[in-house]
Amino acid sequence: MITVKNLKKQFGDNVVLDGIDVHVDQGEVLAIIGPSGSGKSTFLRCLNLLEKPDEGLIQIADTKVDVKKMNAKEMHQLRQKTAMVFQHYNLFKNKTALENVTESLIIAKKMKRQEAEDIGKELLVKVGLKDQFYQYPVTLSGGQQQRVGIARALAVKPRAILFDEPTSALDPEWVSEVLQVIKDIAQLKTTMIIVTHEMQFAEEVADRVIFMADGSIVEQNNPKEMFNRPQSPRTQQFLNKIGTGELND
Amino acid sequence: MNLNLDFDYLIHVIPHLLPFIPLTLILAFVSMIFAVIGGLILALIKRSDIPVIKQLATVYISFFRAIPTLVQLFLIYYGLPQIFPALSGMTAITAAIIGLSLKQSAYLAEIFRAALGSVDKGQVEACLSVGMTKIQAFRRITLPQATRNALPATGNIFILLIKETSLAFTLGVVELFAQGKILAAASLRFFETYLALALIYWIMIIIYTFLQQALEKRLEKPYLS
Ligand SMILES: Nc1ncnc2c1ncn2[C@@H]1O[C@H](COP(=O)(O)OP(=O)(O)O)[C@@H](O)[C@H]1O
Ligand SMILES: [Mg+2]
Repeated sequence: MITVKNLKKQFGDNVVLDGIDVHVDQGEVLAIIGPSGSGKSTFLRCLNLLEKPDEGLIQIADTKVDVKKMNAKEMHQLRQKTAMVFQHYNLFKNKTALENVTESLIIAKKMKRQEAEDIGKELLVKVGLKDQFYQYPVTLSGGQQQRVGIARALAVKPRAILFDEPTSALDPEWVSEVLQVIKDIAQLKTTMIIVTHEMQFAEEVADRVIFMADGSIVEQNNPKEMFNRPQSPRTQQFLNKIGTGELND
Repeated sequence: MNLNLDFDYLIHVIPHLLPFIPLTLILAFVSMIFAVIGGLILALIKRSDIPVIKQLATVYISFFRAIPTLVQLFLIYYGLPQIFPALSGMTAITAAIIGLSLKQSAYLAEIFRAALGSVDKGQVEACLSVGMTKIQAFRRITLPQATRNALPATGNIFILLIKETSLAFTLGVVELFAQGKILAAASLRFFETYLALALIYWIMIIIYTFLQQALEKRLEKPYLS
């Protein structure tokens, strides 16, 4: 489903992704954990081509690109295979919840408004926002905004959804409702990559967990093994720190 | 105290001024449209990384912000035809519109640049991530929000522009102010005539301000919690 080979990215002299190799199966839920600054966001952003990687191969579904040689058309194709859920929601502030979901359908996919709205409403109901269709983002709680963000990502029927710390900007009271929505989507065998600091959530929802540090994958395993018997000292140290609540990202 | 103010004349002169309001408004409107288009293009250039053109935009903005409007109008109307004889057919109205547009586009460029910059990039990324193009993101998301940010300052530019149209009289355009001058010279009722003029400008700007506030209120709707 998703295959990444030797993905490299640097900002100036700062090597942020140092040759990442990952494969994600159809329907698999992959969690990525790791310290702040280890390149997790950059990795997701490279998959979605919000950042242009310097080197590497990316294949998502039937689109395969060599990032060094890709043209605009390939970029657009690859980008359309995934949708992203952002840490800070990034909702369109001039649009209602429903418009946030339907915008890409109407503007990019040229769908009829009525059809797009039917899809949008269905998705908003699915994420528990049946009473918020016509509210603007400022009137929504963080948890509601992020659920709109998830509905917006689902609307384009992506082959995979990329979540970049979807709950870390939320007040604690809203975290569980968002995690529940993500779990529900995972139940439907949606391919997902989730960067998260919620270890318990990762353990529950993920089929596999990757620990990243300094732009490299240090260790990967099924959640049970990863959290109970981490192999590398870096992973052990990281998980200990999180366990004692020292992590502040 | 016997105020030497002829109130009847003040009332009498107003109807002679009113027919010149349309020309003043046309000068302001047309200049504003060109200034907005120019300002937007300049703002986009300033936000881009196009070498040379970006520096040229900076020089343009700096130049037209610096020179007095009168100097600029004279430069265009009396100066340019000397260098480019083909321009000698340019009417005074055209020259006034060009001059006012060039100048205000420089001011608007700065306003628009700040307004575009205040829309967070995350929303554009969200557009891209759901398959929209950069142009679609600009048109649907960035521009509407920037418009709302820019509206108050842009409105002030328009008010300035309404007032600056009076400078067109120096090129021989008979707009509102020029007509006032003519009437004042004929009647020697300077105070009454210019007071009438002042009141007319005042009322025009009150009406405009009211319209702008209504528009601001409408654009504000999505952002009120
Ligand atoms: N646009 C950028 N320009 C320069 N440096 C960046 C940019 N984005 C990220 N970085 C740097 O890349 C590194 C990894 O960042 P990031 O991928 O956000 O890490 P994480 O998500 O794991 O916290 C950091 O050192 C960060 O400063
Ligand atoms: Mg991050």
